[in-house]
Amino acid sequence: MAENRRTTLYDLHLARGAKMVPFAGWDMPVQYPMGVLNEHLHTRAKAGLFDVSHMGQVILRGPEVAVALESLIPADLAGLKPGRQRYGLFTAENGGVLDDLMIANKGDHLYLVVNAANAEADLAHLRQLEGKGISVEPQDRALLALQGPEAAAVLARLIPGVAEMTFMDSRDFDWQGVDLWISRSGYTGEDGFEISVPQARAVALAEALLANEAVAPIGLGARDSLRLEAGMPLYGHEMDEMTSPAQASLGWSIPKIRRLGGARAGGFPGAERVLAELAAGATRARYGLRPEGRAPIREGVEIFAEETGGTAIGRVRSGGFGPSVGAPIAMADLPAGLSPDTPLWAELRGRRLPVAITPLPFHTPAYKR
Amino acid sequence: MLKYTEDHEWLRADGDELVVGITAHASEQLGDVVFIELPEVGREVEAGEEIVVIESVKAASDITAPVAGVITAVNTALADAPGDVNADALAAWFFKIKPSDAAAVEGFMDEAAYSALIG
Repeated sequence: MAENRRTTLYDLHLARGAKMVPFAGWDMPVQYPMGVLNEHLHTRAKAGLFDVSHMGQVILRGPEVAVALESLIPADLAGLKPGRQRYGLFTAENGGVLDDLMIANKGDHLYLVVNAANAEADLAHLRQLEGKGISVEPQDRALLALQGPEAAAVLARLIPGVAEMTFMDSRDFDWQGVDLWISRSGYTGEDGFEISVPQARAVALAEALLANEAVAPIGLGARDSLRLEAGMPLYGHEMDEMTSPAQASLGWSIPKIRRLGGARAGGFPGAERVLAELAAGATRARYGLRPEGRAPIREGVEIFAEETGGTAIGRVRSGGFGPSVGAPIAMADLPAGLSPDTPLWAELRGRRLPVAITPLPFHTPAYKR
Repeated sequence: MLKYTEDHEWLRADGDELVVGITAHASEQLGDVVFIELPEVGREVEAGEEIVVIESVKAASDITAPVAGVITAVNTALADAPGDVNADALAAWFFKIKPSDAAAVEGFMDEAAYSALIG
């Protein structure tokens, strides 16, 4: 079996006592000595630094590059202004989701960040655009995420210009002669930044950020509980190749202009099914659930409309304990249109436990709009 | 004197009963414990039967009955304060069991053997 890849920050993680685990072909820190619970709470209270260098970074260049990319992503990319970033989905021919990603308009090119597990497949998928004269350029850079209420103050001490950015801005900055690509975004439900940095300067930047006492290094464990509390879907959980955007309650990422009757309707893989479902209303949806009691319900747990008997009406896609909520939380795939007071049960170790439908997110994000 | 199982439980004799918890090593591996499901008092269990569920922030794990016997008590305080396991694993006992074979505890590791196991 091939060795897992290591990010440039690998030694820094070890030096800070990280427990490393294999993740999507990489050795990544799952937690530091502080522990997942405290890492989570620290990020919500101050600032957490995440190594997300395993994620894929790609630049696309060429004539009408935004319009070209709309052939793979049902988002309004032609209308994306320079210096702005947007969330989008790669759809499959069957109408499922191949991956979710961030797309930034950097003026004369687009900059994409994709999930680690799908980075190779996404790159192959993007190479279809080469026939339209688009160059597809994978970037070998590190990626750091600084998240939390103190993230802006911390980063502004190194790079004052970031203070002026608002949520989903994407700009380039110079730091000690190094070109940083910074977006005001993240995946924790906190204000924060994602910072693309050349490999050679990644450790120096990470150390400079960690030198601020408000900042703690945070592992993948807390990254997952933070995004779950923020009600954010994760590829391979809330969405996958079998689950369409409407089923995953991600229709919001597909604007009117790409829907039936819109000026640039369709034209992406699986458009027929994806748009028909959005027009008719999906039969399935993503719900937030709160189990009664303290037992977490995790991925794969089946949900029933009856306390005994019957067949499962859906299952948990992500679930666990929400440290800021102080209780177990889950996101499940269930029939669309359930009233918020519908009684439901989760079957856990052979017993049915009552669960309540809860509006998402569980923890309200604090973005700088 | 404490004895240890390969499943990272500690056992302490208390009269003709065994008090059972998990080791500090195990609690560190589990991470922050957020929920513990304990067996019912009076339940007859087989050695190796999964009788406790421990949920950490990360995942669910089971612990098993170290010997066959009857559950005579459970530490209900843990249900309200599962984090006690992380704070002091030796103090946070899970259950007491009356072994059906009083000699069953003899085969378990002593502290030196357990320390060697976890390296």
